[in-house]
Amino acid sequence: MARRAAWTHALYYLLMTLLAGFFLFPVVIMLVSSLKPDDALIMRHMSSGLAFVPTEVSLQNYRDVFDNVAFLKALRNSVLIVGSIVVIGLFVNSLIAYGLARFRFRGRGLLVSVVIALIIIPFESIAVPLLLIVNRFGWLDTLYVQAIPFIADAFSIFLFYQFFIQVPRDLEEAAVVDGASRFRIYWSVVLPLSRPIIATVTILLFLRHWGQLLWPVMVARSVEVRPLTVAMQQFFGQQPREWGQIMAFAAMITIPVLIVYLLFNRWFVQSIASSGVKG
Amino acid sequence: MQRREARAAWTFSLPALLLLTAFLIVPFVLAFALAFTDQRLIPNPRLPTEFVGLRNFERLLQDATFQRALLNNFAFAAFVVPVQSALALAMAMLVNQRLRGSLVFRTIYFSPVVTTMVVVSAIWFLLYNPTEGFINAFLGAISFGLIEPIAWLQDTRSALAAIAILSVWQGVGFQMVIFLAGLQEIAEQLYEAARIDGANRLQMFRSITLPSLRNTTIFVVISTTILAFRLYDQVKIMTQGGPQNATQTVVYQIERVGFGQLRVGYASALTVVFFLIVLAVALLQRRFLREERTV
Repeated sequence: MARRAAWTHALYYLLMTLLAGFFLFPVVIMLVSSLKPDDALIMRHMSSGLAFVPTEVSLQNYRDVFDNVAFLKALRNSVLIVGSIVVIGLFVNSLIAYGLARFRFRGRGLLVSVVIALIIIPFESIAVPLLLIVNRFGWLDTLYVQAIPFIADAFSIFLFYQFFIQVPRDLEEAAVVDGASRFRIYWSVVLPLSRPIIATVTILLFLRHWGQLLWPVMVARSVEVRPLTVAMQQFFGQQPREWGQIMAFAAMITIPVLIVYLLFNRWFVQSIASSGVKG
Repeated sequence: MQRREARAAWTFSLPALLLLTAFLIVPFVLAFALAFTDQRLIPNPRLPTEFVGLRNFERLLQDATFQRALLNNFAFAAFVVPVQSALALAMAMLVNQRLRGSLVFRTIYFSPVVTTMVVVSAIWFLLYNPTEGFINAFLGAISFGLIEPIAWLQDTRSALAAIAILSVWQGVGFQMVIFLAGLQEIAEQLYEAARIDGANRLQMFRSITLPSLRNTTIFVVISTTILAFRLYDQVKIMTQGGPQNATQTVVYQIERVGFGQLRVGYASALTVVFFLIVLAVALLQRRFLREERTV
């Protein structure tokens, strides 16, 4: 019996290690290739185990990316766009969710149903008409056209709403007795209690918008306003492909996010889990 | 009191409602209206936009690119949904064994999810290189040269499959985490009772694990199906719909027609069809979940 358990354990570890190799190898190849200064070398090594060996370590590709792709500008744009979506979005979405969860008024039930129904509309099914609208307003090729349409988000509202309805009212009632205004209660009593859901919404919004490609491809082509994804797409499309620089660029987009993920791993996993249905 | 509460509620809701109306509801409704016109992105003063009735939809029926895109989306879903869901469940059960180090493995499996699809596509494009790519070299090595090099993204027979593989690679960690949450809600006593009754692992999996995960599985299957119909980023970066429309998808065509060719009216008709498919899939989920409740 004990021997059988040992065998099963060994089998589990074998499976888990093989899977780990499967999920890690592209990222390792990206990092290793980004350090090799010579594209011919990258291609030669690609068809052997040397793809995983940093035979040469040079930061030349990284330097070239800074010079050739206006990397810092694209990074700044991405940070500004996603940052404002997340920060303003957290405020706007939690505010309406709090109103829906706490106040009794005519139309409340209907409003909640409408917000939940809106979750089903995928962005792809409004992209073209939205493009027509923002084009009419002359908003193309700006930073704000990449952020403003995404600030209000039905799914974030729903997550906040679910959280607020199960927060006990005792604390808020104490604040009412003290004569605090409704906004003050929301801002200084409820929001500080809401850290878990704020983290969840932040992570979900960040993951969704950091990698967004469809919308910026349509509205942000110029170097001044394009985010990292579009910069990558345009650089990748140039022939002949500079693989060393492409991998360095890819690494610079990926590493910061991976570090944040490793630091807050538990939060990431919890956020994703809570975005599913309860079993 | 009641009236003051109502006023406060609407004040709290106002910013979000205005934004949702302007940037979600209006364009959503507009798509249905534009689908019946020949609207262009940049209006031509000599050719005013006209109502064209069902013409866009009649064209859709004869549009070979659209039919191929639709077929590709279904084929992509038919591969990705079962493979990704089953793999995600298997991985969730593996890391749920709580062996030493399973947290590290979970962290690794999930890491592609935080890697942007644009980056993933670029890396895999290099890996798929027909002559010098890592994947052909690897397949050749483990088969002792039996597997001939495949022109993954340049061959009409393999291009969509190649995209499907990297999509599973990138997305499966997400579903794993959802399954893991479901697994952790199953009471341990159920398994203990089954063990006392002499059930083996397979029996326990079939009569405890799977039924307990019913709603989770429905959610995973439906959300993966919807994701499959939204396929765009990989195609945009790697193949631009080619070779010969082998990786054409509905969303890619929406972007090409609406933005590339400026034909907003026709793109809106595509959009309407796309939305109806997503809606049908989502309604299927609600139906299944409701059946569960009445049992």
